[in-house]
Amino acid sequence: MSQHRLVNPLVRNIRALKRGALVRQAVRIEEEIKQGMKKPYNEVIDVSRDNPHATGMKPMSFSRQVIASCIYPELIDSDKMPLDVRERAKTLLECIGGSVGCYSDTIGIPIMRDSVSDFLTRRDEGVPSASGNIFITHGSDHVPTLMQDSGVLTPVPSQDFGNALVASGATAVPYYLDGQQGWRLHTEELQRALRSAREVCDPIALYVINPGDPTGHVQSRESMEEIIRFVYEEKLLLFANEDHQDILIGEGCMFISYKKVLAEMGSPFSDAVELASIHSASKGFMGEGGLHGGYLELVNFDPSVQIEFDRLISLLGLPIIGQLALEVMLNPLQPGEPSYEQYQEEIQHIRETLVHNVTRAFEVLDSLPGISCEPINGGASMFPRLHLPHIAIHQAKEEEKLPDFFYCSRLLEQTGLCVCPGSDLGLPEGTYHIRLCIMTSVDTMEEVLRRLGKFHKQFMKDFS
Amino acid sequence: MYDYLQSNFSHDSSPPFQGVPKTFSRVVDLCSFDPQREGVPPITFLQQVLAVCFYPELLSDENFALDVRQRARRLIQSCEGSSVGCYTPSSGLVYIQHRIAEFITRRDAGVPTDAHSIFICSGFWRTLTMMTKLLSSSEGEPQNGVLVPLPYPHTLAMVLGLAGIRSVPYRLREDTGWAMDLEELQRAIRTARGCCRPMAIFISNPGNPTGHVQNRKSIEEVIKFAAAEKLFLLVNEVDQHSVHGSGIQWVSYKKVLFDMGPKYWEGVQMASFHSLSNGLMGECGLRAGYMELVNVDKEVMIFAETLLNMDISSPVPGQLALDILLNPPQPSEPSYDLYTQEILTNLATLTENALRAHDFLNSLPGMSCQPAVGGFYVYPRVDLPAEAAGVEADVLYCQELLEEQGVCVGAGSENGNTGGEYHLRLDPSSNTPTRKHALVRLGAFHLRFLDSYSCGPHLETP
Repeated sequence: MSQHRLVNPLVRNIRALKRGALVRQAVRIEEEIKQGMKKPYNEVIDVSRDNPHATGMKPMSFSRQVIASCIYPELIDSDKMPLDVRERAKTLLECIGGSVGCYSDTIGIPIMRDSVSDFLTRRDEGVPSASGNIFITHGSDHVPTLMQDSGVLTPVPSQDFGNALVASGATAVPYYLDGQQGWRLHTEELQRALRSAREVCDPIALYVINPGDPTGHVQSRESMEEIIRFVYEEKLLLFANEDHQDILIGEGCMFISYKKVLAEMGSPFSDAVELASIHSASKGFMGEGGLHGGYLELVNFDPSVQIEFDRLISLLGLPIIGQLALEVMLNPLQPGEPSYEQYQEEIQHIRETLVHNVTRAFEVLDSLPGISCEPINGGASMFPRLHLPHIAIHQAKEEEKLPDFFYCSRLLEQTGLCVCPGSDLGLPEGTYHIRLCIMTSVDTMEEVLRRLGKFHKQFMKDFS
Repeated sequence: MYDYLQSNFSHDSSPPFQGVPKTFSRVVDLCSFDPQREGVPPITFLQQVLAVCFYPELLSDENFALDVRQRARRLIQSCEGSSVGCYTPSSGLVYIQHRIAEFITRRDAGVPTDAHSIFICSGFWRTLTMMTKLLSSSEGEPQNGVLVPLPYPHTLAMVLGLAGIRSVPYRLREDTGWAMDLEELQRAIRTARGCCRPMAIFISNPGNPTGHVQNRKSIEEVIKFAAAEKLFLLVNEVDQHSVHGSGIQWVSYKKVLFDMGPKYWEGVQMASFHSLSNGLMGECGLRAGYMELVNVDKEVMIFAETLLNMDISSPVPGQLALDILLNPPQPSEPSYDLYTQEILTNLATLTENALRAHDFLNSLPGMSCQPAVGGFYVYPRVDLPAEAAGVEADVLYCQELLEEQGVCVGAGSENGNTGGEYHLRLDPSSNTPTRKHALVRLGAFHLRFLDSYSCGPHLETP
C-alpha cells in the first residue's frame, strides 16, 4: 500500500477538509511562538470547532465529581465529595459491574438506557419511550454504517457528516438551507434535492439538524410537520440530530423534539414514519465531547433492522465513562439535594454566557462592512457571511485557494485566530462564510471579536 | 453463537429463557475476556491518576501520592483546554503519541519510532476496522484479500466482511502448540491468488485464541514471506504483556524487522496493534488502543487520519490510561511498589486460572488442550460426533451447555475451526467460586453430552 492508488477509492473520495490544513498551520504557529518568534499575539485561539472547555467554559462540577468517584471508588467512602455525588456514584458503580474498566453491554448498560428513556418520556411530556429502542452510542458516526449503498439528503451547511457517509459507501445528496431567511428548510428545496438524488442513487433518508449547526436555526412546529409529511409521502427515513437541544439562545424559542411532533400528528404519520434521533453529552452545557457518550432512539423501525444495527455496533465497544456522563446529564439533580443549587447556577451561567456572546458578536460583526449575520436561536456557532471584494477572490484563486479558506488562513497567520471556512460545510462556490464557536468564556469572546474585527477591517481595506 | 449470546443475555443476571424451569439462576460467561467484571482488581495508580484528571481540585489533595498528582497534572496539561472533555486531534493527543513512541523505542531496545506514525483509536477492533477500510477495494475491482490464521480471533471475520475483504485462512499447527507453518502460508497465498487480490496477512502474536508465542525465527520467516509476496503485515500484539510460559520471550515484529537489516526494514509495510483490553490492565471499558504504521507513505497516513476523523477523536480517558499502561511508575517513585505488586498479582491470578482450566479440561475424555504460553484464552480441541443437520456440533454443544447449565463458552467455529475439527474457547480470567463451579458443571455436562450422542454416527436434532 505504498501507493496512493491502492487505498480504497471510497476513502480517497472523502473531501479533504480545509480545517485540517488550518489546524496544521496553527500547530506550526504555536511551535514558532514556543521558539520565541515574535508575533502580534501570544497564543492561538481556536474557535473553529465546538470544543467548549478549550475556550474557557468549565465542565459541570457534579458530573466530574460523580465520574471521578466511579473511577476511584475510595472517594465514595471519603467525605471529600458531597453526599449526593457519593450516592449517585455508588448506584452507578454497581450497575456498571464495579469498575469503569469493565466491558459495556454492546448497546449500552441497561440502567443507562432506562435513564435515557425516562428522560425522553419526561422531555416529551408523556410521549412514551421504550428502552428497547434506545442504543447508547459513541456519537453520530454509527448510522452512516447502516446507510451503505444508499443516498442521504444532507443539509448544507453542516459539519462534515457528508464525509462519514462517503466513507461508508453512501451518497450524501445536498439540500440547501436558505441563507437569506435564517437558514430555514424549504420543502420545495427538499423536493428538488430528492429529484436530483433519484438520478444518481437510491435515496433512503433525510438528515436534519435541529437546532441547526452551524446555522443556529431552530425549527418551528409547522416546519417540522412539513418535513414529516414530506418523508411520509416520499417513504424516507428521518434522521434527526438534536444534539444542541439543551440550550436555546433566541428569546421565547422552544425546542420540540421530532418524536413529540410526530406523535402529536397522529395516524398515519405516527405509526409509519421511521425516525432515528440522536443526542449526546458532547454539546450543550456538558460539552464533554472527549468522553463519547450519546444515544440513538429508533421509532417505528423494523425489528430486523434493529437487530442488524445491534450486530454492527457490537464490534465497536462503548466506553463506560461516556455513559456515566450521559446518565448524569439526563438524570439531573432534584431541588433539595446538596449539589442542586450549584448545578443550576452552572447551567444558568453557561446559558447567560452564550446569550451574551451572541449579542456581543452581533454588535461587533454586523457593524463591520462586508460581514452579515443571520439571527442565532440555538446551537453553539455563529456563521457570518463574508462579502469578499473581487480583488480578494481573485488573489485567492491566484494562490489556488478557496476564497474563504484564503481569508481564514490570513486571519490565523496575522491574528492567531482560527475559524472554520464555510466551504468545509458544503457551501457552493460563490458564497463565503466563516464558522466560529461561541461557546467560550466572555473574555475569550471579547478577544476573538477584537482580533476578527481588526483583521477584517484591514482585509477589506487591503483588497478594496 | 455470538449472536445467540448477544440476543439472549446481557451482563445483568436475569435468566433469559422463558417458560422452562432452570437449574441455574444466572448465566456464567466463560468466554468473554472481561477480567475486572470477574473480580480482577483495577490498578490503583491508574484509578487515582484518572480520578484527579477528571476532578483537578484533587491536585491539591495530599492524600494522593506525589507521583499521582504530578502525572495527573502533566496529563491534564496535555489535554486541549486542560480538560478530559475536549476533543483531541483525530489521531490522538500529541503528548500521548510521543509517550507511546518512547515506550516502543524502549521496549525494542532503541529501534527508532516516529510519533507521527502512531494512531490512537478506541480499542483494537475499531483500529483494525479503520485499517481494513483503507485496504478494501471498491466494486468492480478484484476483491482484496487478507490471509488470516486458522483459528482466528472470533470477531475478525465480521470486521473483514464488513470491509468487503475476502479472508483466506492459513492453518496454524495444533500439534506444535499452534505454531506458524511456512508451507501452509505458501499454500494459502496460492489459493488466495486464485480468488482475490491478496494484500495483507493478519497475525496475532501472542495468538488469539491460541496463546502461542512466536519465536524470532518464526517471525523472520513470516516477514520474508510477506516481503516476497508483497503483503502488508497486520500484527495484533495486544497480549504482549501477558506472556507467562516459562523461558518464553516475546519480541515485537518491529524489532525483528529492524534486526533483519535494510533489505527488509526499509521495504516491508506493517501495522502493529496494541490496546488497553489486555491482561495487564484489563481496562476494556476505557476503550483505547493504538496502531503503529511502519514504512507507510505519508499520503496514506493522512487517509488513516481522515478516517479516524469520522470518530472526531477517540475517548480521552482511554488515551490517558495508555500513558499509564506503557509508562508505569519508576522504582524511585512512591506508587511503584503498590503498582508492581498489583500488576504481578493480576498476572499471576490470570496465569494460574488459565493453567488450572487447561489442566481440568485436558483431564476430560475427548478434550485435548495445547499449552498456552501467552494471553489468557484456553482453546481445547473436543472430539465430538459428526455435525447434526444444519448445526455444527460445537455450536450445538455450546447451545445445549448454555440452556442446560447456564454456562457460556465460545464455539471454535466462530474462530474458523469447522468441518469436524471442533474446539471450544474459554477465558478463565478469574477463579471466583461461581466460575470454578461453572467449570465443574461444564465437566459434568461434557460427559453427559458425549454419552447421549455416542450411539449413532450422526446427531439427531433435539
